[in-house]
Amino acid sequence: MRKLSLAIIGLYIGVLGAFSQSASDSAVYKNKKLTPTEINFITSYYHQDGNLSPVTGGIGTEKLSDYATTFEIKLNKYDQHNRRHDLGFELGVDHYTSASSDKIDPGIVSSPSYADTRIYPTISYGISNEQKGNAVNFTGSYSGEYDYQSIGGGAGFTNTSKDKNTEFTLKGQAYLDHLKVILPVELRAGTSQARGQQNYPSAARNSYSGSLVFSHLVNQRFQFSLLGDVVYQNGYLGTPFHRIYFSDGIETNEKLPSSRLKIPIGLRMNYFAGDKFIVRSFYRFYHDDWGLTAHTLDVELPVKITSFISISPFYRFYTQNGVKYFAGYKQHQSSEAFYTTDDDLSKFNSNSEGAEIRLGQPGGIFNIKHLNNIELRYAHYKRTDGLHSDIVTLALKFI
Amino acid sequence: MKIFHKFMFALFIFCSACLLHSCTAPKAYQKIYLNDAEMELAPRKAQKFEMNFQVYREGASGANGGKTGGGCGCN
Repeated sequence: MRKLSLAIIGLYIGVLGAFSQSASDSAVYKNKKLTPTEINFITSYYHQDGNLSPVTGGIGTEKLSDYATTFEIKLNKYDQHNRRHDLGFELGVDHYTSASSDKIDPGIVSSPSYADTRIYPTISYGISNEQKGNAVNFTGSYSGEYDYQSIGGGAGFTNTSKDKNTEFTLKGQAYLDHLKVILPVELRAGTSQARGQQNYPSAARNSYSGSLVFSHLVNQRFQFSLLGDVVYQNGYLGTPFHRIYFSDGIETNEKLPSSRLKIPIGLRMNYFAGDKFIVRSFYRFYHDDWGLTAHTLDVELPVKITSFISISPFYRFYTQNGVKYFAGYKQHQSSEAFYTTDDDLSKFNSNSEGAEIRLGQPGGIFNIKHLNNIELRYAHYKRTDGLHSDIVTLALKFI
Repeated sequence: MKIFHKFMFALFIFCSACLLHSCTAPKAYQKIYLNDAEMELAPRKAQKFEMNFQVYREGASGANGGKTGGGCGCN
């Protein structure tokens, strides 16, 4: 306990020292007002289809469309100690239509569960001392939709070496969520009239994570970063409206353990070959205590057509072995403690391929002075269990 | 598990090679390639929603610079 206290005090003094005024700070004093430095607008359309929906017990349509848009603004200023203060605000809106969610209460034509809108604002604040190479940042977020609310908070610390070739980031995040326990209509208690009433009980789901990122510039053309997370979740981790049909014909809803520990480790490597070709790669190993082990490999090959235009074909391979609580339609036994027919947790491989075109011009694009960057991206995704999807995304950056 | 052991071995070799190579770390004026927008050690802006649906449609998540919880999207 004593060692822990000393470590915390040491860390606190270290952070204070990192942001204390140095002798040379006054000499380069700059006083600036908070000014916008970057605006990002991202919008996408996603569509999927499949035939193993857990809402109907592991069979039935998984057709879903999602329109998503985020708007982000970043501002900064320097204080009298020449420290940079960054303030960011982001607002995201998703609207989806889901054929399978509509089956929660199939008696209603185009029920409210057929479509929903999620709104998620995020605010961030950071202070960085560029001379000392230290930065701290804090984030707060909210996500709200009809049956799910989430409040999140996080803090991070970054240290950059003097030659700016090595960077180390430590981050902690917590999400405190509440969901409405909406059961399939036939499993709700009471009369058919009471079943239609919408006073659903709520349940908590909390997620806590710690992240470490180590980045290093190896030589003039090669850099990499190692990423590691430890994520712990507890509370109601299932989806209440996922149906289960046991092999003996009894019907219930999904039941999963009340805690989950996830450990993903990632490696990102980028290499600039010649003057026109770049290799962007990412590998992730993942394991959790529900028995799921997964590997992800992502390779992207940007080709610079000119200094400001590039085309990037990419390929992503993913494989997972599935959680130990998964079984298909009517394959679970009623004696089991936990059960799910959610194919997202089953054994499968997936392949994704597509391309992105990027235009970047410091002086503006299409005669729009502040439009600095355009990214247009398309990806096709296919799983070995039959689920397939397409997504197209447009990202605009204004400076 | 064989794949995992192979990966850990490859990672060990890779990290060792990087450490041995680190004495040739670039100077500020030698970072023209490293500072290219395509070389950023982070997912692209246009990958934001793609990564989002991967979190929902796959059992694994995290270690890619994205969020590690919060929000549902369990439809």
